[in-house]
Amino acid sequence: MNAHTVTLRHNKIDLALHILRTEPLDPATPSRPLLLLHGLGDKSPAAVPHWVESWPGVIAALDFTGHGESTVPGGGGYAPETLMADVDQALAHLTGGDPDRSITVLGRGLGAYVALQIAGARASQIHGAILTDGPGLAGGPTGPSSQSFFALEGDGSSPDPYALVELGRDLRPGDYAVSFVGLATAGSPATDPITVASSFRPKWLTAVADAPGVAEGSVADALAAYA
Amino acid sequence: MSSETADLSIDTNLDEHGESPFPGARRPDRSYRLPAHGVEIQVHEWGDPDAPPLMMMHGGFDFARTFDVFAPKLAAAGHRVVCWDQRGHGQSEHAALYSWDGDMRDTMAVFDHVAGSQPIPVIGHSKGGALMTQLADAQPHRFQCLVNMDGIPYKRNIPDLAEHERTTMLAADLAGWLDHRRRTSTASRKPGTLDDLARRRGRMNPRLPHEWLRRLVTTGGFKSDEGWRWRIDPALRFGGFGPWRPEWTLMRLPGLPMPFLGILGGQMEEMGWGTPPAKVMPYMPIDGRCEILDDVGHFVHIEQPDLVSGLILDFIGASS
Repeated sequence: MNAHTVTLRHNKIDLALHILRTEPLDPATPSRPLLLLHGLGDKSPAAVPHWVESWPGVIAALDFTGHGESTVPGGGGYAPETLMADVDQALAHLTGGDPDRSITVLGRGLGAYVALQIAGARASQIHGAILTDGPGLAGGPTGPSSQSFFALEGDGSSPDPYALVELGRDLRPGDYAVSFVGLATAGSPATDPITVASSFRPKWLTAVADAPGVAEGSVADALAAYA
Repeated sequence: MSSETADLSIDTNLDEHGESPFPGARRPDRSYRLPAHGVEIQVHEWGDPDAPPLMMMHGGFDFARTFDVFAPKLAAAGHRVVCWDQRGHGQSEHAALYSWDGDMRDTMAVFDHVAGSQPIPVIGHSKGGALMTQLADAQPHRFQCLVNMDGIPYKRNIPDLAEHERTTMLAADLAGWLDHRRRTSTASRKPGTLDDLARRRGRMNPRLPHEWLRRLVTTGGFKSDEGWRWRIDPALRFGGFGPWRPEWTLMRLPGLPMPFLGILGGQMEEMGWGTPPAKVMPYMPIDGRCEILDDVGHFVHIEQPDLVSGLILDFIGASS
């Protein structure tokens, strides 16, 4: 089967899940799917990126709400936690709704933060989360700050300008991020269920990298470890 | 009788608008739809349209018509009382996304429509009080004064849980929330008779009379083929999680430059915030004060509309 796109319904949003590699490299060898999560303002790649070609299984990529081919909603209201629920829809699809099956996730930038969250929230079904560089990796402040509120005019095209603003300044306290590490290490079948593979380390990611159960290494090493 | 076989013929004692009457309750004088940058917001007004405006925001899982008794008392004192249904609540549009920022942006659209950037009195209850406190910090030019009715957040610890139990609790919370999100595209509010819904609401509002809760059903619900249902978006759910901490709003209080009145209900209940007065008094702004109503619950304006409206009108009068 050729690469194709599946539409998943999440609340009032139609999510585009792109199946970039539809069959494992060796159908006789068990493997799990790899899900790619893009950065802020970006979209899924059109084909399997060269840096994940070594993955033995199915490879998919999700367009977050307001990005790529997914619905751009009116009025904003974005939060990384909602994007985590986007990923949960993709998880359900890639595992056929079977809670005993698992996937590996690789997130870039904002996608790395969301990958961390789903690794904690669905720990038993995430066999490894790889967090690496990309747009929106830093996020917003780590504590209370002076805030501005304003309206934006969009034309309905992606990326949604509200997504760019709201997901570019969301609160990311280090201890909140680390709480997802604790959940992942408690519930994941992987030994080190999270790998930090980024060069840039904002405060939340430094806190994650320093937590027990988190490995550091290259994307290639992490893919080999979780395959 | 099960909800699925609800006998709708027992909806007795409704007025000509199909609403359950309650002493002192009055429909808004004007209701209209306001486009708010991508979301349609329902606005309700009581009082003379040419009177000076006063903004009032409801709490989470409430709606503007919960002010049906309280708002007319403020309007009778010479105010144009403007309330609105938060996105997903009451008659406002069910949005695709919900967040604090989204609520704030909808609020600003109503402010802009009613008063431009002129300073006006503002009242908020519960979540509405917390939202207005944050907006007062971010855009003080819009506020002549601020009244926060039992919406002053305070950090609540659960000291008796071991760390591994906390983790388990959070894991269950997260999984439960994600399971809920998987169902949102097809979810609907559970139907029932008018009294079914009033009794369900009564479990969260045990201090409010059944006749009032019946009115809420007929002003915040609708009658479907299967029975009455609440209008609120079924995608919305109590509880939740995230990086925000209640004490971060509390930290904004001391710096508010406008006159501030806090009104706290002394009786803890399901939808209340459990804010101990002694814990928030040190955070009062320089022009602020807090009134504690010892024998009143979270819905101070519904339980004691005369007392609370009197406090607020005196405060606004002194602030103008």
